[in-house]
Amino acid sequence: MIALGADEIAKYPFLADAGQYLKDKGFTLEQFGTDPDLKQLVEKAFNRIEVAANGKIYQSDLIGDQASNQASLPREVFSFLLAIVLLKLSGMTTLIKRFALAEARRAEKYLEKDLANISDESKKQLAIRIINDLFSIQVKKQNDFFVISVSDYLTHSINFHEREWKLINRHVENGLVFLSPHETVRLIRKELGTYINSKITNAKTPPMFTSFEEPVNKLVTLSKKFSTNFVTSGEYPPCIKHAIETLEKGENLPHSGRFMLATFLLSKNQSIEQISPLFKNAPDYNERVTLYQLNHLAGTSGSGTHYSCPSCEKLKTQNLCFIIPECDNIINPLQFGKRLDARK
Amino acid sequence: MQENNIKFLEDSFKKYYFEHFDLIHVPDRTSEREFGFQKFNSGMTRHISIKDDKELHLLLMKNIPSDVYCSNGYYSFPNLPMNEKDWKEADLIFDIDAKDLNLECRENHTVSRCNECNEISTQKNFCAKCNSTKLEQKSLPCKNCIDSSKHEVFKLSKILTEDLGVQPNDIHVYFSGNEGFHVHVYNSQFQKLGSRERSELTDYIMFKGAVPETFGMKKFNTNRSSFPNFEEKGWRGRFSKEVYESKSKRSKIISELIVNGYSSFQRTLEGVSNRIGIKIDPNVTMDIHRIFRLPGSLNSKSGLTKIFCKDLTKFDPYSDASFLHENSIEIIADCPLKFKLKNKTFGPYFGEKVSVPTYAAVYMMCKKLATLGL
Repeated sequence: MIALGADEIAKYPFLADAGQYLKDKGFTLEQFGTDPDLKQLVEKAFNRIEVAANGKIYQSDLIGDQASNQASLPREVFSFLLAIVLLKLSGMTTLIKRFALAEARRAEKYLEKDLANISDESKKQLAIRIINDLFSIQVKKQNDFFVISVSDYLTHSINFHEREWKLINRHVENGLVFLSPHETVRLIRKELGTYINSKITNAKTPPMFTSFEEPVNKLVTLSKKFSTNFVTSGEYPPCIKHAIETLEKGENLPHSGRFMLATFLLSKNQSIEQISPLFKNAPDYNERVTLYQLNHLAGTSGSGTHYSCPSCEKLKTQNLCFIIPECDNIINPLQFGKRLDARK
Repeated sequence: MQENNIKFLEDSFKKYYFEHFDLIHVPDRTSEREFGFQKFNSGMTRHISIKDDKELHLLLMKNIPSDVYCSNGYYSFPNLPMNEKDWKEADLIFDIDAKDLNLECRENHTVSRCNECNEISTQKNFCAKCNSTKLEQKSLPCKNCIDSSKHEVFKLSKILTEDLGVQPNDIHVYFSGNEGFHVHVYNSQFQKLGSRERSELTDYIMFKGAVPETFGMKKFNTNRSSFPNFEEKGWRGRFSKEVYESKSKRSKIISELIVNGYSSFQRTLEGVSNRIGIKIDPNVTMDIHRIFRLPGSLNSKSGLTKIFCKDLTKFDPYSDASFLHENSIEIIADCPLKFKLKNKTFGPYFGEKVSVPTYAAVYMMCKKLATLGL
């Protein structure tokens, strides 16, 4: 575990051992749950969750990375720890996810500042250590950049859909990727969120105390706001339409295009018997091979792996994307025509 | 293929395997690899595990395979079904094939073989004899095909070492045994990467998915100083050399690029991608469970050996990868193209009975351009 100073725990409260922290400060959870004088902190914790649930980043009492006053530091940490208590008691996973993501983004800001800190080398080293220890990425400083290995970069960037994150759009040299402090930290946002999320999920659910009842009930109501219903237009995206048209014309659709079409239709719950006739016009059609391959993609034969439809990004690089305005920034053809239910 | 033809090919392959055990070795960490093989006119047998050279040689003698493969992946249990193998890591592999290079020479040495009536012709879309559309393209790669494939290998090696930090000693180049080269990369930082990450790596190598901003071009307020310089490393440097041609033209070309605008720049990038992106087969590189042709084994599409290229510049597949014996054999050759093997020129033959050395007979028979007759 990384040794942290008081202001660092306030910036990165998820690194603290919650039970130990309370003990060190001379508090028990029961006090927070019953003592009216501490109610204010429980409210602060609720507020921290509410802000996160609305997709915003909690504005702490830290000014820059200094505490506004000495007393605010423990309050920062308490409100984080109490927020976890309230979330555990509410049992609302949607809220936990939103809270973890917002807290990750909050920490991201501090990490970025610490990484870019020119005057205080120790702050920079701490940020580098957090990234190294928590996410096993070896970050090194090289001139004005932070460098990480190409393999580490790929493992983390693979989930980003923006083209700027593709390796081709990065400065790559000698097995290393060159990044700004902002990009270095952005790269681990998801993992930071996952880390905080797993810390909350794995925490033991504490007993309920009187002061927690009201905010917990409010959280349950709050989480209902975030349950969503989707409706689908049922229309096929242009890439799929194009693939079907190519086959109908008896023209050759490359292997990658057939893979896209088959995985798309399988995901839309079409059966292999419904899909296979589509390939009948292909110049090299062979019924036995087609059925074998479709079964393989569906996971009903072979390794049992169910293959999913490639992302729009992948289809772009395979020249299979025929984007139209209705695509509306989707990242996978399966999302085409999916809209939030307006009737809600 | 007819029985007597298969028997002849099998006899020739068996003789090669028996006489050239020195060329056929199991790769490192043998017991963690999956092996597989195919026989003439038969499907694939895979999920085989082998201990050492001796076991491999025994398998070759016993089965006389047409093609032998070995996984780039390492497993705890290579002989179990795929989902029980417990994948550990995989070497990075590349396939560069002359047929993917869009070479103009291709037309001059490619013929079609009709799968219905066996007619050989230069028709591309339908058989001149029976009008069937089931045609198979058969190409006898020329020197230009091999030289162009080599050029791609050199470009790939440069990116691997300069951009991706691979040690030159860890890059092993092999002639594929047919129309190109296989590149194996060992001990790299990429060993443990999964398929999606490798696919991203192939986009990098092929120069796919680049955005104008990476090369200094923006939708608004483009700044001249953000355009790449000649001396830069990586794709920005290569882009400079390709697009500016010379240092003195840099300023003029940048002005042109800015005037032409953002979407024209996107088209420029596509052009650059086609010209200087490395033409690898992405499906091979992203496959972490592939069984890939074993070095030292014969390729049944040609009868040539997949062989290590010590000096790629000097390497000539038609003399350095042809190991079958010289004994003459009479065949009916329908090979309207000239070709050269072991410094001897053969063909063209137009459905005629000819007597040629075994290595040339096997070459044509593997290309389905000759038979033993009845």
